[in-house]
Amino acid sequence: MARSKLGASSEVNAGSMADIAFLLLIFFLVTTTIANDKGIAMLLPPKPDPNEPPPEVNKNDRNIFKILANSKDMLLVEDEPLADVGELKDMIKSFVLNFGKPSAEYVTMYQSLPPTLRSYVNANGKRPDSSDDPKEAVVSFKADRGTTYELYVRVLDEINAAYNEIYGQRVGLTGEQFLQLDKKNPEEKALYLKARQGIPRAISIAEPNKIGG
Amino acid sequence: MAKFKKSSSTSQEIPTAALPDIIFMLLFFFMVTTVLRETTIMVEQKLPKSTQLSKLERKSLVSYVYIGKPKQANIYGSEPKIQVNDVFIETKDIVRFVNVEKDKLSEVERDQITMSMKVDIEAKMGIVSDVQEEFREANARKVLYSSLKRAE
Repeated sequence: MARSKLGASSEVNAGSMADIAFLLLIFFLVTTTIANDKGIAMLLPPKPDPNEPPPEVNKNDRNIFKILANSKDMLLVEDEPLADVGELKDMIKSFVLNFGKPSAEYVTMYQSLPPTLRSYVNANGKRPDSSDDPKEAVVSFKADRGTTYELYVRVLDEINAAYNEIYGQRVGLTGEQFLQLDKKNPEEKALYLKARQGIPRAISIAEPNKIGG
Repeated sequence: MAKFKKSSSTSQEIPTAALPDIIFMLLFFFMVTTVLRETTIMVEQKLPKSTQLSKLERKSLVSYVYIGKPKQANIYGSEPKIQVNDVFIETKDIVRFVNVEKDKLSEVERDQITMSMKVDIEAKMGIVSDVQEEFREANARKVLYSSLKRAE
């Protein structure tokens, strides 16, 4: 009755709804920081026990791949200067997959590798001055206190890239696909374990020098 | 001209009735993805770029440590500093900070605490390794070097 008298529509005026929503939208747009919680995961070594002497390192020199970085961000890899960090990945890959003097267990593991990796080993590996087998191989990285964090992460990234590529190729994936395996999914977890089995990711990060070099 | 105008009887307006709905949809998207920042970062943060990134699996287990040059160099100096939560701390206080963070977690999860290090690329390894030493001391051995994706 009142309606007909006033002649006004009973609808709520929704024309400014868009404006209100816009205002809220702009607020959230401005405050949003899309979380970038990604990075290179690492496990630090446990705290040294003061009652026990530090473990003796009695590895053969050929089983250690040495990377040194100085305070001027220059690299010394296997006692030779290296200008391009990007080369590290392939160097580490052929170091780990050298199979110079494999133990019996690793002879069988070598047989089980997919043909692509086996031909890689035959082409690049089997050198007597490089690692005996993947289990013995250790990549050692020592930075200086003056090395920038950027180079440090870059080198770590290269080392990890080499290992991931090996793991990936072992199960017929690329390094990238290997990284994306979901460990909650049992099938992918099995694939992950299969790839990692027998090849430890042996990265040794030494404490930086106190004296600049 | 007039001839043409007359013949077209369709209205020239674009219907805007669905506009609020579209805007609301966008709004909800941003509302859901938004993480309100709890801390004001007081150090410069230019994260390194790398290729081999792994995701954090459980966010509740993560504590953040920021290292870099202070933004207000006239007050705090230009040497890289360590920031946690909203304050700068010294290296020796890190063990205490880690223990406080660990106390927030339930007992079974304490050893799985992950320290996410957000370090400026300009920072030197000296301060980073000092912090890592303290992490080892505090038995927080899982570390994540926070980093962006590098396109190759």
